[in-house]
Amino acid sequence: MPVLTHLEAIRQGIWEEMERDPSVFLIGEDIGVYGGAFKVTQGMLEKFGADRVIDTPISESAIVGAAVGAALMGMRPVVEMQFMDFIACGFDQIVNMAAKIHYRWGPAVPIVIRGPSGAGVHGGPYHSQSNEMWFVHTPGLKVVVPATAYDAKGLIKASIRDNNPVIFYEHKFLYRRIKDEIPADDYVVPIGKARVARSGTDISVITYGAMVWTALEAAEELEKEGVSLEVIDLRSLLPYDEEAVLESVRKCSKVILLHEDTRIGGFAGELAAVIAEKAFEDLDGPIVRVTSPDTPVPFSPPLEEYFLPNAKKVAEAARRLAAY
Amino acid sequence: MTNVIMPQMGESIAEGTVTKWLKKVGDKVERDEPLFEISTDKVDAEIPSPSAGVLTKILVAENQTVAVNAIVAEIDAEGSAASAPSSQPAASGGAIPTPPPVPAPDGDSRARAFEPVAPPPAPAPPQAAGMNGGLGTEIGGNGHKIRSSPLVRRIAKEKNVDLRSVKGTGLGGRISKRDILAYIAAGPSAPPSARISPASAAQITPGAMPPAGTEQRASASPSSMPAVPAPEPSPMQAPSVAFTGATQVVPMTPMRKQIAEHMILSRRTSAHVTTVFEVEMTRVFETRAQNAAEFERRNGQKLTFTPFFVRAAVEAIKQYPIFNASVDGDNVIYKRDLNIGIAVALETGLIVPVVKRADEKNFLGIARTVADLAERARTKRLNFDEVQGGTFTITNPGVFGSLFGTPIINQPQVAILGVGVIEKRAVVRNDAIAIRPMAYLALSFDHRVIDGAMADQFMVKVKTVLENWSEAVL
Repeated sequence: MPVLTHLEAIRQGIWEEMERDPSVFLIGEDIGVYGGAFKVTQGMLEKFGADRVIDTPISESAIVGAAVGAALMGMRPVVEMQFMDFIACGFDQIVNMAAKIHYRWGPAVPIVIRGPSGAGVHGGPYHSQSNEMWFVHTPGLKVVVPATAYDAKGLIKASIRDNNPVIFYEHKFLYRRIKDEIPADDYVVPIGKARVARSGTDISVITYGAMVWTALEAAEELEKEGVSLEVIDLRSLLPYDEEAVLESVRKCSKVILLHEDTRIGGFAGELAAVIAEKAFEDLDGPIVRVTSPDTPVPFSPPLEEYFLPNAKKVAEAARRLAAY
Repeated sequence: MTNVIMPQMGESIAEGTVTKWLKKVGDKVERDEPLFEISTDKVDAEIPSPSAGVLTKILVAENQTVAVNAIVAEIDAEGSAASAPSSQPAASGGAIPTPPPVPAPDGDSRARAFEPVAPPPAPAPPQAAGMNGGLGTEIGGNGHKIRSSPLVRRIAKEKNVDLRSVKGTGLGGRISKRDILAYIAAGPSAPPSARISPASAAQITPGAMPPAGTEQRASASPSSMPAVPAPEPSPMQAPSVAFTGATQVVPMTPMRKQIAEHMILSRRTSAHVTTVFEVEMTRVFETRAQNAAEFERRNGQKLTFTPFFVRAAVEAIKQYPIFNASVDGDNVIYKRDLNIGIAVALETGLIVPVVKRADEKNFLGIARTVADLAERARTKRLNFDEVQGGTFTITNPGVFGSLFGTPIINQPQVAILGVGVIEKRAVVRNDAIAIRPMAYLALSFDHRVIDGAMADQFMVKVKTVLENWSEAVL
């Protein structure tokens, strides 16, 4: 099987869907002639033509609005945000139009809004955010955050085929660092199903996106000390796999909730509430969060390193929790 | 200050009546000491005090009915009310409280049960009683709090482990999952701690056991009898089969719990035997068919088969009064009133409204009462006294198609009649095969006081009445 990077896997997934379904088209800034800021859409203009790979002015509101309109007319647009930080400019079209049209009037809005998010590449406060919770808190949307290259391809294909608006977070740190063997067959990964990234018995680490790799690194380290971490990769946040979360908590009895997003209002808070509500009597220790602090993402490399969760911080939290 | 509330004594219960205050304002009360008695439409119960202190206010007078969770009294912790009221020994008051009937499951309470009722001279620091000690902390033998976790406390409860004997290796001596699992694996779990003190054990009279957990007067007992302490059921050792698949834990509703306790109690109390008779329903069928329309027009309710069975049971009980009795120690108590309970299935459980003095009613009276009680049982509008005082019970598994069941006796009664589905069957009449409406009737009886021959004679009478039905309905 060919080995593809995270980025190549996404490109291949979009490519296959465009070949399969003529109603799929791409729209965004610099995605055609330039091939996208991170080159996700490289070669697409040549292959599919300017009608299906549309370069736009710098106006996220217009891009998303055009996509919503096209979706209502039966198309399946895939919107690229050059950085997910800029999605804020298209916010109204997403939360008040795309998310509510089906509820309010009935028609489906099958759009995908995808783009790079996350920190770790010294991008500073405007090119590093993990802002997925803006949309997790918006009923009517789906929010997908893959960690592996295999999942990235399977989930982008599932997202394009989904009849709901999907916000698809690609972690830029993973783009060229993560590689997987990608099978040739036309597979999809279902939205809303978590994955046991590593099976363990003592502490369940529940996470998503780039932090899955951080958790796995910490698990390697803790194993040498006799503490067995289980790592759950949520893969989607809206909807998310509550059953998988509770099952892992019941198995391990202790839980660390890990994300790169900042602390207050992060997904860990929601998970903590659900675990307390539904698995209280299975808990053998406090529910522990490992997250970024509540500040903008710093530009300075030492500060960014201090800001982001890493394997060392997760391992420290796991040691404390194991001894509790 | 602690508020004392009207407790919820069953899921469908919305209100309760304070029937008697066992303490008066100014009296000292121990935690879990009986404080007042209530009646609801499910149970009569003595309510224990939620905390130790001095009863400072009674807000609901005797015989007053209030909603569940209404505040009925206030108790001040001892420290804050050590002045006037506590200087006055409670024993000098009029209300002499009965001894604490339900021993709390810890060692302390045994000693407490033997103590005189008068308060100790100095205010004792309030002691948490066993697992009920608030936020999961227990007082260990050395006076230190035992720290654990929700999971550990759940395992301790399930495996009947006294956490005071488990060594904690977690942070600050906290008992972790690993600690309690190691403790359980290390050997036979601690012997089931003496949950019933010797004194109260001696008072237990088999046969008049009220459901555990609440103090319920057996309706047969004269009210002058001392309340019988509810025994803690000895812990059942369910086989611990390891199931590793996904599970979901759903706590029982209060009504479910009460049914569960009552059923187990009945199984352990009576020597259940079931005898099954087949009854031809032709006459009953015809009688009902002739009168159903008129009955519905006049009463607005359907004429069911149940009143026929009530009537037949009444006739049989008149002939064999042991079926209207209960067992109390070495005595058999025959009841003069003939009150037939009718089991009614609800979405969340079941309830048994009672046709009072069914022997004094004609058929029409029985039919109307049954229809009315069943309707109000389903809409949860039964009054308290309408579910009390049954002396014999009829249950009807046949409504769901069952041929017959082996019902469990509704304690403290001694028999229960189950009615199977009524359906046309091929039967032999005069050496020919005939098609007749038939039903199986199953009688479960308490072999302690009723022998098989007696039970079968009773059933012959029931069968005879039904097969030769001769009463005009209207």
